[in-house]
Amino acid sequence: MRFGAVAIGASAGGLEAVGTVLAALPADFPLAIMVVQHIAPTADDTLAQRFQRRCRLPVREAEDKEPILPGVVFVAPADFHLMVEPELRFSLSREERVNYSRPSIDVLMETAAEVFCSALTGVILTGASADGAAGLAAIKRMGGRAMVQAPETAEIDIMPKAALAACAVDAVLPPADIGAALAALAPGA
Amino acid sequence: MSTDPADVENQRLEIRLLLEAIYQRSGYDFRGYASAHIKRRLDHVRARNRLASFCDMIHRLIYDPPFFDEVLAALSINVTEMFRDPHFYRAVRETVVPHLKTYPFIKVWHAGCAAGQEVYSMAILLKEEGMLSRAQIYGTDINPPVLETARRGIYPLEAVRQYTTNYQKAGGTASFADYYTAGYDSVALSADLKKTMLFSPHNLVTDGIFGEMHMIFCRNVLIYFGDDLQEKVIKLFLDSLCNGGFLCLGSKESLRFSAHADAFEVVDAREKIYRKRHVRALGMQGEP
Repeated sequence: MRFGAVAIGASAGGLEAVGTVLAALPADFPLAIMVVQHIAPTADDTLAQRFQRRCRLPVREAEDKEPILPGVVFVAPADFHLMVEPELRFSLSREERVNYSRPSIDVLMETAAEVFCSALTGVILTGASADGAAGLAAIKRMGGRAMVQAPETAEIDIMPKAALAACAVDAVLPPADIGAALAALAPGA
Repeated sequence: MSTDPADVENQRLEIRLLLEAIYQRSGYDFRGYASAHIKRRLDHVRARNRLASFCDMIHRLIYDPPFFDEVLAALSINVTEMFRDPHFYRAVRETVVPHLKTYPFIKVWHAGCAAGQEVYSMAILLKEEGMLSRAQIYGTDINPPVLETARRGIYPLEAVRQYTTNYQKAGGTASFADYYTAGYDSVALSADLKKTMLFSPHNLVTDGIFGEMHMIFCRNVLIYFGDDLQEKVIKLFLDSLCNGGFLCLGSKESLRFSAHADAFEVVDAREKIYRKRHVRALGMQGEP
């Protein structure tokens, strides 16, 4: 693997929390970033633009079979699961919801873990769901790193608490500090 | 299935063997499908049947025909609705139909039509544009049971509210209720829509060119294919279209990553509507 990746999952309250994490990343951030933010199935494709306002890296909605690139933030489109293929491309799917969600954080993290292995960092932020807990555990099993938003800083702490209960995480921090910790990661990490 | 690093390669090998077994047994070829997708679908079936591994699934699917059918069903995704993505149908009506009207007769192909909802949508659109009597619409899928549903054109009543909303947003010019007869818990789409339709089995992976089409719909099918297979199918579409014919993909699919992108012009980038460029007959140059 020539570069590592970060998979970020957020639900209710995530627009602010994800934005804060992304704002901390430098323009030369060397890892690929993938974001699943739970959003209404009928939402338009402006989520990436909203994150872009706070981020120095290019942010865009992931397209099917798009090559995964370092230094780019890819956002899952509304009403599609986002998956990582072994050829380092994304694939999208409209199969059934997972944890009542499409896109599902577990689906992204479980597929990304098998491709990026120890070069993957998973981040679980605010939300009223257990989505992402199994995915974060999969990342840990594959030798990757896990970061979770400190529950007391989360708009809704259900998702961070579910993630903390699912595996031994490496860091429990407020979103700005998660951003700073990501910024300190080495290129292949 | 919980996976650790040592298992990843082994499981990929098991899945390759499983897909090979399906192919050898039935001719259904999932070997070029997107592998993350395939693994998730197979893992559902494995867990539901309490099997320990993908290799155990191979044995079951060879000796247990109902299990084989269960695996096959799990590998096909058939979710769709009428006038799905209404803004797409609005774009077809406003941008593509004026071109279609210049032909005396048109052929439209819905590749991977599942239970036919999009086929009926297009028939309604063509009817409202006065084109239906000059059209032949083909619907193909690899899955015979869903094709039978498509032929019947009977859909659950609870879906109709969504279909009606979609129809209105798509710029429908009549009342959606004009096109169906409601029963107790289902609706039957009207027979005059069906007159122009032909449903038949066709496998995009293993079957060949399909007619000289003026328009091909293949929406949210390519996402389940790996990149090599996608390329092959896009070439199949290119060869099945007449010059100036239209190709419509799903909202998050595109030709951007395809080697055949230059053979198409982008008609509507947002709605993923493409048009085959006119190919000059290069072989004729220099001949008398």
